[in-house]
Parts: sequence; C-alpha cells; structure tokens
Amino acid sequence: MSRSRKRTPPARVGALQPEPRHAGSLNIDHLLGDRRVRIIVCCGSGGVGKTTTSAALALRAAEQGRKVVVLTIDPARRLAQSMGIEALDNSPRPVHGISDAAGGELEAMMLDMKRTFDEVVQSQASPEKAQQILDNPFYIAVSSSFAGTQEYMAMEKLGQLDKDAQKSGRWDLIVVDTPPSRSALDFLDAPERLSSFLDGRFMRLLLAPAKGPARLMTAGFGMVTRALTTIIGAQVLQDMSAFVSAFDTLFGGFRARAQRTFELLQADGTAFLVIAAPERDALREAAYFVDRLSQEDMPLAGLVINRTSDLTEADSEHLSANSAMAAYEKLQKPDADSYERLAGGLLRLHADKMRAVTREQDLIDRFASAHPDVPRAKIRALATDVHDLSGLRQVGDLLADQPG
Amino acid sequence: MPAPVTQLFPGVQLHIVTGKGGTGKTTVAASLAIALAADGGDVLLCEVEGRQGFAQLFDVPPLPYEERLIARGTGDAGDVYALAIDAESALMEYLDMYYRLGRAGKALDRFGVIEFATTIAPGVRDVLLTGKVYEAARRNRRNKDAREYDAIVLDAPPTGRIAQFLNVNNELAGLAKMGPIKAQADTVTELIRSPQCAIHLTTVLEEMPVQETIDGIHEMQATGLPVGGVFINLVRPQDLGDDERALLLEGKVDNKRLAKTLEAQGLQATPQIVQTLLAEGRDHAERRALEDTQRALIAELDVPSLELPRLPGGVEYEGLYDLAAVLRKGGIR
Repeated sequence: MSRSRKRTPPARVGALQPEPRHAGSLNIDHLLGDRRVRIIVCCGSGGVGKTTTSAALALRAAEQGRKVVVLTIDPARRLAQSMGIEALDNSPRPVHGISDAAGGELEAMMLDMKRTFDEVVQSQASPEKAQQILDNPFYIAVSSSFAGTQEYMAMEKLGQLDKDAQKSGRWDLIVVDTPPSRSALDFLDAPERLSSFLDGRFMRLLLAPAKGPARLMTAGFGMVTRALTTIIGAQVLQDMSAFVSAFDTLFGGFRARAQRTFELLQADGTAFLVIAAPERDALREAAYFVDRLSQEDMPLAGLVINRTSDLTEADSEHLSANSAMAAYEKLQKPDADSYERLAGGLLRLHADKMRAVTREQDLIDRFASAHPDVPRAKIRALATDVHDLSGLRQVGDLLADQPG
Repeated sequence: MPAPVTQLFPGVQLHIVTGKGGTGKTTVAASLAIALAADGGDVLLCEVEGRQGFAQLFDVPPLPYEERLIARGTGDAGDVYALAIDAESALMEYLDMYYRLGRAGKALDRFGVIEFATTIAPGVRDVLLTGKVYEAARRNRRNKDAREYDAIVLDAPPTGRIAQFLNVNNELAGLAKMGPIKAQADTVTELIRSPQCAIHLTTVLEEMPVQETIDGIHEMQATGLPVGGVFINLVRPQDLGDDERALLLEGKVDNKRLAKTLEAQGLQATPQIVQTLLAEGRDHAERRALEDTQRALIAELDVPSLELPRLPGGVEYEGLYDLAAVLRKGGIR
C-alpha cells in the first residue's frame, strides 16, 4: 500500500479552476432511488447526528421500495427501542411499523464490537486454535479496547453484510453509521493500521522467541527485547508473544479482509455522505474528510448539514437582528407588562436566530467556496428530539426537501 | 454586596472534563481554566486527543508537546498554559526521564515499538497520556525547572470512554501484572481517585446527552471515581417566563396586542412578522419544556450543576471570558 505509516494530512482539494462548477443541492431521493447504489456510508465527527441521519435515510429508502439494512453503532436508547434493536445480538432484525406499500423492507442492527472480532477469529482458525486466541489475555484486551477496533469491526461487519446481500439478495441497500471516533477518519485508517502493524518488524520481534531462529536476534533485537522487558515486564511480553504466534496464521486472512473492505469502499456501488453540524469544528472536520475521500478515490455523494437554523418561507420578510435587539433593550424595564415581556422575549429569540442563521451561512459558504463540487443538503433543527419512526420520517422529508 | 459564593470544589487540583461529543467539552475546559486562574493561580490546560481544540479555540498556531502560555492574566489574575499531550512524545519523555535509554530508545522507535505501544497495546496509550498529566500535577526532581501549577484542567475523552481512560488499572491488570507500567498506572490511579481530583461532565439539555451523563455518573460512582459537577452547556435564553410560554404553547396570544406592543417600539409589525415571531416563540417554548424535563433529571442526581448560556455568536475566544465569569458566579475558584 502506498499510504505512509503515519497519517499525513491530505492535500487540499480545492477549486483551482477559474470558474468553479457549483454542484447545488443534494438530491437524496435520486441517490436512494439509484439501484446501482448498494452501500451508503454516513460519516462525520461526533455529536452531529450521524445515527439519526443514517436511520432516517434507511427508513426513507425502505418506504420507497428498497430492501434495506442499517448498521448503527451507538443509537440513543429510545431510538433503538423504537427500531426494535436494543437487544445486542449482532445480527439484523426487522423493523416494524414501516410503510411497505412500495414493497420495501427495513432491517436494523447494532454493532457488537467484541462479538464481531470473535466471529472473525472463529471463521479463520480451527476450533482449538480459535479458542486458544479467544482465551489469551492480550486478545481479550485488544478485542475490547484496541484504539480502532470499533472502526475496524464496523467495516468488517459491513463486508459481511455486503457478502450476505450479494449471495442471498436479502438486501439491496446497506446504510452504515460510522463510530464516533476521535477523528471521523479513523475507520478508514483502522484496516490500514492493523495490516501495517501485522506486517511490522515488531511482530517479527514478538514472534522471534516462539520461532526461535537465533540469527534474528541481532544486537538491535537483543537491546530492544531487554528494554521492553524492563518497561512492560516479562509476563506481558509472554502473553503478547503467545497471542502473536497463535494469531500468526490468521494474519494473511486479516490483511486480505482489510484490503477487500477498503476496495469495497472505493467501489462504484458505494456512496459516502459526510454529515456535519453548522459549526466551525464540525465543518472543518467535514472539509478534511471530503479531501481525504477524494484522495482515496472514494465516491462522495454529498454533505448533509444537520440541525441548521434556517429561515422558513414565512421569514422572507425580514426583521433584522439589530432592530430586534434595539427594541428588546428598550423593553427591558422594571414595569414591563406581560405583552411587553412577551414581545421582548420574542425579539431576543428572533435576534439570536437571525445571528445564528448568518453565522451558519458564513460557515457553509466558506465550505462551499473551497468545495464547490460537493452537493449539499440542510436539515432544519427540529423543536424536539427524534426517537421514533415518525420523527425519522420527518428528518427524511426535510432532507429530501431542498431548494433548487 | 451579594453574599460570597461558596467555593464549589475546594481542594481540587486536577479537574477532568468529559462529556458526550458535541456538548462543548473543550469550551467548558477552557473557560474553567480561565475561571480558576482569576484569583492569581497558574493553570495548565491539557488535551489528549490530538484535535488541537485549544489552539483553535484561542486562535493560536497548533500547540506542540510543550507547556505554552495561552492566556496571560491581567491585573491579579494568573496565567493559563496549554499542553497538547500525545502518547509518542510522552513515552519518549518517560523513557528518557526514567531509563536514560539513549541508543536503545532510538532502536525502540526504529522497530516500531513506540508506535506499537502508543497505538495498539491496549491501555498503555491511556497510561502514557494520564501519566503526563500526573507528572504535571506532581512535579518531581527529574523534571528540573518545570513550572508548578495551582490547578490542571484536562479536556478528557468523551463519556463513553472515560472510565476506561481513567480506570486504567483494571484493564492492565490482566496484561501487566507487574513492572513499571503497572506501577505508573497505580500512582496515576491514586491521584485520580483522591479528593484532589474531580471529574466533571458537560451536557446539553437534550435527552441523549443527559442520559449519557446519568449513566456516566453512575458508572464512575460504581468504580469509585470522584465525580465533580455537571456543566450544563448551551442553555437557551430565559427571557420568556412561564406565563408567556404557556400563552405561546396554548396558542392564546392576542396578535393585535402583540403587534401594538411591537409598534410602540418603532417596529413595523406586519402580520407576517408577528407570525414569524410567534412560530419562533412556540418552537422555543417546546424546547424549553423539553429542557425542563432534562434539567429535572439532572437535579435528581446528587451532584452540583452549573449552567452556561448559549452565546448567540457561537463561542469565539472572547466568549470564553463571558463563560468564565458565569462559572465564577457559580462558585468556581
């Protein structure tokens, strides 16, 4: 693989052409209706509403006639309950209560990271060997906490679902939510990180005591082993060494799977949606993500900006933030009557909203001028939280209803 | 003179800030540091997730693995320093400080051991990150001329990972039963479990973050971690009282009277504008009702809570001082 070991920031992919082509709005129904699209990956930084957006997309696609499975990572409890997936059994379950008039179906599942990892081990090794690995203390720690395991297992599960879909025809669309990582990019890097680790010299170092060819024990190795023993202790080294030698035969399989998943993400049938909130950090992360997808030749369908404070049609006749604030100030008097208090409160809310709209629009415009060819869609903030199918339907409607 | 506010977390030197993603951990950590420095003490702000959140928030170039002055106090106020901790640098510094490995240290790097230890070996990464925070809190002779801080604020990983991040002991137990890493993890755990440490949770008044806060507090209490306070962030303006909100929700507002009131302030109150204001008001009243339900859930926890307002312009550098002032009024010293 050509990518370097350490993550380097991708080059910016900007609008260097003299007259950038503006992509306009993201047409979500066009995307969901395109039968060639078999996988939709929703990604973005934490707290931007990825899970809700994924679920809303999946529901909308199913009600438009597609056979959909949605893989969620960590849904809100009530949302999980309403979809019937609060039981963690790591396999898709039908969601009841959807409109099947168009002949579609919806199944949903929640990822169980450790179980997915265990299943991979079991599918790759003989029963005795698998048990040996599953019992190793180092494996137990790695499978539940290795930085990137969740990301890696989400992608592994996606690979399994896709294989199943191709073979059985049970689903024709897979919608994937990505883990709330430190960085939205972690799930792209996890397979790479795993394979580079497995390829590394350190692995050979750990294997050396088990395999025992003395010629490997060069001066450098000896020094490193001594230093390691001092720092992490002999017991840990032994556990690790046992794990690595038991795992040795599985390495090739893991690497190949990681590579296949990566290729699946690059394939024509895959579409990425970057989800963001109209905030500086989230949009910066989204921009970084867009650049990275482009660098990896991964197909980007568009940017979804969640929870925007848009003006509705009725607001077209503006009352500016400044005049609202000025009147608000004047209404702040001790003897204000109830309607003056009401008017004051409403004016302050309006001023805040107008300012938020301006700020958000500035941020979105900035993103758009650097990425003119990325179609965008906004989802207006709802007054209440989404935790049932009708809420998801509403999100889907808002997403589909874009100007122009 | 208003009655003096009781100090909320007396004797706490290490403030750890966690919370669900998107609830404003970094903003709360930064304003907490400013509030703590206001009486003249020096405060260190640490981040451990490589996001350069403080550099962005304070609008300065990316922070290195080095304690940098990020906000100089004026008048009697102390200074705020910031440090971006990464596991690789922390490990190299640790090895250098304790083992003087010299060539072997370089060899470790060459063989990918440093990368292994910092990215893949479970728990080790967390020990290194918290270990550096510990070093700043308990300066020793090995780190000559290092600055001593009156308080340290750590912008920690999100709630979902916090118990694992801090309670490193359990995880390492099966892995490193002895040796320096275990010893290091033990001393760190001792500090974190002591009354000199408080773990704060940031939340917003929405269902999922509040649920996560409640679960997080229960989990911490069960594992014996010292829970500090709940910082309720992004609270909506409170200008509309109960009566006004009830009017809006019940749809009983007299439009003509509202229009007249607006016109008395020199505004052009067309029916369109009145409708817009009413619609915005109803949305807000619905949200506030939801917020009240969530606020009640937080009040049931036996934990102090502080509310921070939603700043209409979003939080830029200057906004941190407004938030710090709110925190001081609430008893942060």
